[in-house]
Amino acid sequence: MRLDCPHCGKRDRREFTYRGDALALLRPDPGAEAAAWDDYLHNRDNPAGLTRELWYHDPCGTWAVVERDTLTHHVAGSQAAAEADR
Amino acid sequence: MRYSGLRVLAEGLRGNKGWGPAWRDPEPKASYDIVIIGGGGHGLSTAYYLAKQHGLTNIAVLEKGYLGGGNVGRNTTIVRANYGLPGNSEFYSHSLKLWEGLEQDLNYNVMHSQRGIINLFHSDGARDAAARRGNAMINQGDDAILLDRNGVRDLLPYLDFDNIRFPIYGGLYHPRGGTARHDAVAWGYARGADSRGVDLIQNCEVTGIDIENGQVTGVQTSRGPIRAKKVAMVVAGRSGQVAALAGMRLPIESHVLQAFVTEGLKPVLDNVITFGAGHFYISQSDKGGLVFGGDLDLYASYAARGNLPTAEHVVEAAITLMPMVGKARMLRSWGGIMDMSPDGSPIIDKTHIDGLYLNCGWCYGGFKAVPGSGFAYAHLIAQDRPHESAARYRLDRFRTGAGLMDEEATGSQHNLH
Repeated sequence: MRLDCPHCGKRDRREFTYRGDALALLRPDPGAEAAAWDDYLHNRDNPAGLTRELWYHDPCGTWAVVERDTLTHHVAGSQAAAEADR
Repeated sequence: MRYSGLRVLAEGLRGNKGWGPAWRDPEPKASYDIVIIGGGGHGLSTAYYLAKQHGLTNIAVLEKGYLGGGNVGRNTTIVRANYGLPGNSEFYSHSLKLWEGLEQDLNYNVMHSQRGIINLFHSDGARDAAARRGNAMINQGDDAILLDRNGVRDLLPYLDFDNIRFPIYGGLYHPRGGTARHDAVAWGYARGADSRGVDLIQNCEVTGIDIENGQVTGVQTSRGPIRAKKVAMVVAGRSGQVAALAGMRLPIESHVLQAFVTEGLKPVLDNVITFGAGHFYISQSDKGGLVFGGDLDLYASYAARGNLPTAEHVVEAAITLMPMVGKARMLRSWGGIMDMSPDGSPIIDKTHIDGLYLNCGWCYGGFKAVPGSGFAYAHLIAQDRPHESAARYRLDRFRTGAGLMDEEATGSQHNLH
């Protein structure tokens, strides 16, 4: 599997560390209800198909939001996490 | 039909013409008392114990593929009760006791072999952790022996005892641990459930879960609607999709775990061995293949195949631990879809919908749990209260933070196990 780094282009999977569902970018307000935090921390859509997830590109230090198909491992695109749609 | 040695002999003399199918292939009825979604190890054992322990037989097991075609048919077959935390300790202890009587109970040879498991350790800290775990196992009533370096060498002389980076300090020996023939477990439970009147319905995919006024009323399937008073989900890696049919989001991510088999070899490896300085475990199947695996690929996947970096890591660990493995040729590898929970421990619980039950989160350790999980899930479904062995496997522990069971002490969030 090769993944896209927004800065370096296509790179081997070995260069990346998986950081989970891109849901992590949607942090609830500090005062949000417990249910919102439970959803954020634990509950997942867990799609069989296209998913958005965070990958850290170790050599260049970029956090990327990668769109990837969990059934085929096909990578459809990636954005720098700082610029990604929230 | 009862199986026995005499029967095998008699059939052998008669050209094996007397064997019948081990279970029926019924058409789904319009309604059942209980519908179990998922005809894998856990679903089939649930059906079996509902019939045997609770006398409930108006049950259908719905399987979208064929019985035992998922993770129970593709795993590294290890059976053990060497957990260290309350919750897991009593559950796996109970499950191992069920394993020990399983073949007589099912009248089916599941080739359960208590060949012993040795978890190696390679540092003083890891020895302390192994001693603590061993004490937890003994306190639970199970068996654990702390071996020093020479004790390990007596048992496993072929390990690399000269490795300077990962010196073998000793191992935690669990003699009652071992392996079993994985798909025979599914077949044995299927035969046992079927003979008690449970309908095992294959090629039947659940496409909807019917809920009226907060009460489950049945399911929609690829073979038509089926009404049911109770519906029990037990679909491992597909838990997210099936729960979504009931409008639920689960604390589950599905990840791929690879396993590997070499060509058949003469007996070289008597036990199950785990490396303590990397994630690697190995045993030898009765056919002679070395069966081994390691860590998850560590990304979400339903592809049922993994990637090369993890395979490389596993093989590196193998050769670090026992260089002789390098002489064997790898025959095949495969990837199973693991229902990973945030704390690495499972869920057997009711849901907020009346009559809808949930069994998932087995991570990469579901095989040894097949008897215990089915037993506890059947109890929950039949009596609407948890069995004592699984009372801590609550769904709400993540929301409340109470009763989390994080065996690896890495944290109770996704992607840490």
